[in-house]
Amino acid sequence: MYRYDEFDHAFVKERVSEFRDQVERRLSGALTEEEFRPLRLRNGLYLQLHAYMLRVAIPYGVLSPRQLRQLALIGRKWDRGYGHFTTRQNLQFNWVRLVDIPDVLAALAEVEMHCIQTSGNCVRNVTSDPYAAAAVDELEDPRPWCEILRQWSTLHPEFNWLPRKFKIAVSGAVEDRAATAFHDIGLRIVRGPDGENGFRVLVGGGMGRTPYVGQVIREFLPKEHILSYVESILRVYNLLGRRDNLYKARIKILVNELGLEKFREAVEADWEATYKAAIDLPDDERHRIESYFTPPELPERDARDEALAARRESDPAFANWYRNNVLTHRVPGYASVVISLKEPGRTPGDASSDTMDVIADLAERFGHDEVRVNYTQNLVLPHVVRADIVALYDALVDTGIATGNNELLGDMICCPGLDYCNLANARSIPIAKEIAKRFEDPARQDLIGKLRLNMSGCINACGHHHAGNIGILGVDKKGTELYQITLGGSPKDDAAVGTIVGPGFRAEKVPDVIDTIVDTYIANRHEGESFLETWRRVGVAPFKEALYDAR
Amino acid sequence: MPSVVTANRLTDGIVFYLTSSGGWTEDIANAARAETKDEIEALEAKAEVSVRNQFVISVYAMPVEVKDDGSVDPISVRERIRASHRTTLTKDWYDVPL
Repeated sequence: MYRYDEFDHAFVKERVSEFRDQVERRLSGALTEEEFRPLRLRNGLYLQLHAYMLRVAIPYGVLSPRQLRQLALIGRKWDRGYGHFTTRQNLQFNWVRLVDIPDVLAALAEVEMHCIQTSGNCVRNVTSDPYAAAAVDELEDPRPWCEILRQWSTLHPEFNWLPRKFKIAVSGAVEDRAATAFHDIGLRIVRGPDGENGFRVLVGGGMGRTPYVGQVIREFLPKEHILSYVESILRVYNLLGRRDNLYKARIKILVNELGLEKFREAVEADWEATYKAAIDLPDDERHRIESYFTPPELPERDARDEALAARRESDPAFANWYRNNVLTHRVPGYASVVISLKEPGRTPGDASSDTMDVIADLAERFGHDEVRVNYTQNLVLPHVVRADIVALYDALVDTGIATGNNELLGDMICCPGLDYCNLANARSIPIAKEIAKRFEDPARQDLIGKLRLNMSGCINACGHHHAGNIGILGVDKKGTELYQITLGGSPKDDAAVGTIVGPGFRAEKVPDVIDTIVDTYIANRHEGESFLETWRRVGVAPFKEALYDAR
Repeated sequence: MPSVVTANRLTDGIVFYLTSSGGWTEDIANAARAETKDEIEALEAKAEVSVRNQFVISVYAMPVEVKDDGSVDPISVRERIRASHRTTLTKDWYDVPL
């Protein structure tokens, strides 16, 4: 992973002392809240319902055990012993005190972490595929490109006061595991006409109150021009994006109001006029950054492990976990292992400090010192020797994090909702817990198959409900929390925004509603058909009938 | 409908309610209640002093219901959650003690 050089260390330390000074000036009254608010937000500090919330950047979801242990320590020392992994591959602390934040930032800086640009109208944390450098379908490791974009966008003088926040995702694999089509810019590494890799560039995707699937602005961009091209997109957005209306300020609105063709013309004209050599990264610098991401040495091993095979035969719980949470690795004899943070009864995405410590230990023992955060709010050990999988599983069981539900219905994405969030209109976590309880039986989840259920407590859609095969949106209707259901969304290559099926339901009805949707799917599906395939074949009618006709 | 004035403490964000003496309490039962627009504005003016003294931020008035036994309940779910100073999640390994 990327390691700070002297410049990075000095820069982050300076930012910590700058913010320490700003906090002191706020407490003394030298700064008013109006003056202080944009400064704290630039350092990832929000005021939520009960307390301050600090959002820590985890660049493209990559963590070292040392960093994870430091997050555990921060949770224990300055919060309430846990943190929340988010759909932006970040971590949020929910109960931190303003007076402690400078010390927390100093503790983060010790392990090369910070909270810069986790809020504000700037380029946010660049997200990526959690299986980078491990997936069998990968064309190229996306992490160096994420790091290049991170360095370029950090405190970029031209793009620090954009019309609105800006999110970029990069995927280097055949399958999109980073929801690139739902980002302001989505970058897919693809093979070009001459066999070389480059980027397919999508623009204008996003969720929120006006969801859009990103559109292809360029089918193939030679990768050496990534910075100049992204810069041209941002420049056009910065100049033409709306600043008069918060709800119309994202690039997706500009792209769709202008039309893709006109937007593309403006970007291409700017790019043509750009002196690219001044912006694009020289090859030697690119190679220097790439060298930080050299995968660990993974000598080929026997793909079959007898102890593992025997355990799969004798232990149904292990067999279930293995089937869902162990993924094929590109090197024979290895696997990527998903550590689900979705055990029924717990808050999706939450991890206690003790759990973080255990996972850091396991990453050192079994995972070649790497942990990844998936945007689906789970953790991943990308490189595990297959012969170690049984021992790893037993350690996960001891810690209570061996839930075998990766990509199944129980693997819900869920935002913090009204239990924590100042923007939320309705609670989401208690609903997720009730649904998890209803579908607790692994055999039932197995029968249903892969199904993405996403839930948000407000229209801002941090819980990606638009992209859920089943989406749940909490709304407030005259003081009552109601839950609106969407069906048919997808975050993958067939990206789609879900369709609202009808009026919302009261909280206590939601588990029954999900039950009815699942039963309707199973009753209508052809053999081997996924939820989306059935939905696309039969449409909304049978679901609507099942949900509303009996009412 | 009666209202109370709420805010968050600057140093840690904790939820507070304005009392009739101009102090602040975590317990909504001890909050000063205002019945009329003028009374609400008078409470807000009192709260502004604490804003200027860097004690609280994010001040606003919100409607409450006074029950027959005299207890006070916020009208909205959001404010009921704030008043409890905890999440509504059932007992859990990290749950916030009441």
